[in-house]
Order: sequence, then structure tokens, then C-alpha cells
Amino acid sequence: MKWPVSSGQWPAKTGDRGQRTGASVLAWYALLIYAFLHVPLLILAIFSFNSSKFTVWQGFSLDWYRAAFADRDLIEAAANSLIIAACATVLATMVGTLAAYGLWKRSSNWLAGSMYLSLVTPEIVTGVSLLAFFQWSFRFLHLRLGMHTVILAHVGFSIAYVAVVVMARLRGFDPELEEAALDLGATEWSAFRRVTLPYLMPAIAAAAMLAFTVSIDDYVITSLVAGIDSQTLPMVIYAMARRGVNPALNAVSTVIVVALGAMVMISERLRRRA
Amino acid sequence: MVGFGGRASIRIAFLTPAAVLMLLTLVAPSAIIVAYSFLTHGAYGGVERPFTIENYTRLYDPLYAAILWRSLWIAGVATAVCLALGFPLALFISRSGARKNLYLSLVILPFWTSFLIRTYAWMFLLRDTGLINTALQALHLIRAPLPMLYNDGAVILGLVYGFLPFAVLPMYATLERLDQSLLEAAADLGAKPRDTLFRVMIPLCAPGIRAAAILVFVPCLGTYLTSDLLGGSKTILIGNLIQNQFTASRDWPFGAAASIVLMAVAMILLFAVRRRGEELL
Repeated sequence: MKWPVSSGQWPAKTGDRGQRTGASVLAWYALLIYAFLHVPLLILAIFSFNSSKFTVWQGFSLDWYRAAFADRDLIEAAANSLIIAACATVLATMVGTLAAYGLWKRSSNWLAGSMYLSLVTPEIVTGVSLLAFFQWSFRFLHLRLGMHTVILAHVGFSIAYVAVVVMARLRGFDPELEEAALDLGATEWSAFRRVTLPYLMPAIAAAAMLAFTVSIDDYVITSLVAGIDSQTLPMVIYAMARRGVNPALNAVSTVIVVALGAMVMISERLRRRA
Repeated sequence: MVGFGGRASIRIAFLTPAAVLMLLTLVAPSAIIVAYSFLTHGAYGGVERPFTIENYTRLYDPLYAAILWRSLWIAGVATAVCLALGFPLALFISRSGARKNLYLSLVILPFWTSFLIRTYAWMFLLRDTGLINTALQALHLIRAPLPMLYNDGAVILGLVYGFLPFAVLPMYATLERLDQSLLEAAADLGAKPRDTLFRVMIPLCAPGIRAAAILVFVPCLGTYLTSDLLGGSKTILIGNLIQNQFTASRDWPFGAAASIVLMAVAMILLFAVRRRGEELL
């Protein structure tokens, strides 16, 4: 059995019995914590295939998946969520990457500070301040809450995530590479595009993934700034969950978790290959 | 740092989009909230003059003060549990050699799945007709279902479940960089394993532990979703209070004042815990 045995990275003398017992206790402990983290979702997924409405296993069935895919509200909300997440991801990734690069060149306390603030502000505060600001601005603009306000809100809270991820990679970048390009006659823009940007690509991809998942999962901020015609998937799921447990909701959850998991794995593969 | 060769224009081009968006989604909204917190609520939910500090004084009301204390208490317990559960796991991962990346991604994986769905999973397990109660009844261990959902314990459980990865990662990062020879030195000098843990390892990991505490405590303090779904109507926390003022109660100035107080508490904690030259994020 390989799992609960740590691979001998312990300090002090190997073969010390006390140390080894400690290692195996720690490994069993880790197994428990991993179970705590993953078993609830696994159970949720298993019961999405249950033919009974109750939490007693009665037999395999795909009925709840059929019910979920036949639900107009759910499908429409899923489409809204994908549109919003796609727009917000593209915008936030571009803006956040440029900002990280600009800040790396020369820091700006004002911008770095506001990004830090945006990371530490509790979601509910971000949500209500955006709601108040949008409603206030509608006194001057003939607009209403809708997809555009949701997209703007999502771009707003994703920029800082993107900038942090890209900045982490820029810290390992040798500025002399860019200087060399400039010495060889490149303009500043083409030095950025041809030298720095390719180096940053893995971080940009990771940042985009992060922005996408944060956007597609957000409920608290979205529910406050969404209009009647811009219900998102988390909003519909939330409403269903408040009404009580429903196996169709287990089915939707399983689809989302599997889709997000597949996305992460594919992008990880692509990143490794690159 | 490389300069922009004296031309500020490119730098401006790089920073302007972010600056404009931060202005629109952070600075201006914050200014509006500060302003609203000093106004009076209108008859139909809007805001009116006169200016007043009554929204803040109302928060002293024992009813609302209790909500704030309760939020601090629940966030504090959830943070302590996350640190206590997370530290040994971080230690395990930092010592697992070749499988380090696998174990680390098993912790990060929940990051990429939906927080909302993970909360729903606990509703599914804990409710009266949920899996745990059904199983216990089928085994004749209990007669009536245990009331596991809609209480403070369920909220703390949901928060720990949601934020444990946030606690593990920074602690793992410091444990990973920890100079193992210091632990060997402690052992050679006759320290018992427990003394090595509490008097050498944990103090050396203090920066990671502080970062973990902040990353867990701040979002837990402002939680809305977990307390609403797992705490039911009994567990009102400050996040639920704020949300309620902006929706059902339509008392925006009071909600704005509560937001400012929540934000202030979070900022005070951040500055109190932060050390000079230590970056938390």
C-alpha cells in the first residue's frame, strides 16, 4: 500500500521509529481532510443518478438530467452566464495584463492600492456599492440593470486577480531581454509584443481561467447588479437551493463541476505542452 | 526597473484602461456608498437629505451590535478551525516529495469548482431528510432526524469547507521554504517533537499563518451566501444584514453605513496583522 507512507522527506535520522509513526499519522490525517474536501461533491454527483426523488438509492436513472436540460430558465441562465463570463474574461485579461506590465515598469501606488482594495473588499460590499453607483448613474444615463452592468461588475473584480497572476510571472522576467530588443531597434510596443508577451503567455492563460471561473460562479455581486432579463446560472441555482433539495439541481451541479474540471485539465495539458 | 525611455505615453496607454475601470467599479461606487451612509432613506427606497449620522448610531443598537459580534465570532471560529486543520495538511504536502504536485492540486481543485454548488452539497448532506439523517435512521441509531442544518455550526462547517484551501496554500508556501536544518538543530539539541513544532516550526511559519488567517477571516466576516443557505433565517450575519437593507428593507443609507463598518473592521485587521515589508497578496 503506497498511499499513507510519506516518501522519506523527514528531517533527522531516517529509520527513527517515532518520526516514521509521525509521518504515517500525518498521511492518514491528510487522507481524512482530502475526503472531507471531495466526498460531499462525489455524493452529490452520485445522487444525481438516483431514480428516486428522496435521498435513498433506488436505481440508476438519467431522468434528472433530462429534467434539468428541459428547464428553459436553466438553459437561458446558462447561456447568459457563458456570454457574461466570455466577455468579462476577455476584457479583464487584456486590461489586467496591460496594467500588470505597466505597474511592473513603474509602480503606481494609486492603481496598485485600488487593486489591493478590490481584492480585500468583501463581495457583499462590492455588490451593494456597484448597485448604488449604477442606480445613481441611471439618473443621467437612460439605462437599466442588465447584462452590461453584470459584465462591467465582473470585469471590475477580475482585473486585480489577473494582474496578481501576471505580476507574479513578471517578477521572474529579466528586463535585459527587453532592453536587448530595444537596442536591436524594436519599438517599445513591438518589444512588449514580441518578447515580453510570449514569456507571459502561461500566466495570461492561467489568469484568464481564473477570471472565467470567478465570473461564472459569482452569485453575491451578480444577484445585486443583474436585471430581470439577465438571470445567471448561479442565480437560478441559488433560487432552486433555497426552495429545497431537488435531484435536478444535483444533475446541474454535476454538469457544472465536470465541465469546469475538464476545462482546468485541458488548459493544464495545453500549458504543459507549450 | 526599466523606464519607458522618457516617453510617458506608452505607460499611460497600458495603465489607462485599468485605471478607468477601477474608477468605475471601485472608486466611484465606494464614494457613493460613503455619501449614502450619511443620508436619510426616502419613502420609496431612494436617498434624501438631510445629512445625518443616525445610520451609524443605529448600529450601536444592541440588536445590530449583536449581529456584528456574532459575525466576528463565527468568522473567528471558522478561521481558527481552518488554520488548525490546514497546518498539518500543509506540512504533509510540503514533505511528500515527488507527489507534492498531485497533493497540492487536490487542495486547489475545489477552487475551480463552484462555491455555490459546494455549499449546496452540504445542504444535501445535512438537512432533515438528507443523506446523514437518512442513513442514521436506517441504521436505527436515531429515531428523529438530528437538526444539523440552519444553525451556527452548519455555517461554520460551510465556511471551513469553502475556505480551507485558502488557509493551506500560504502555509504550504512558507513550510516549503523552511530551512530543514533548523528543525534538525532543534532535535539535535534535545527538543522533543512537540517543542520543535510549537517553538521552532510554527514561529518560523508565522508569515504564512498570518496570511492564511487574513485570507480566510476577511471573506468569512463578510459572508452572505453560506449563512443564508446553511444558517437559514436564524443566523443573520452582517453580510445578510447589508444585503437585506439593499433589497427587501430598502433602507440604503443604513445598509451603506453597515458596509462601511464591515469594510473598516476588515481594513483595521489587515493593517494590524500585516508586517512591514511582508506582502500578503
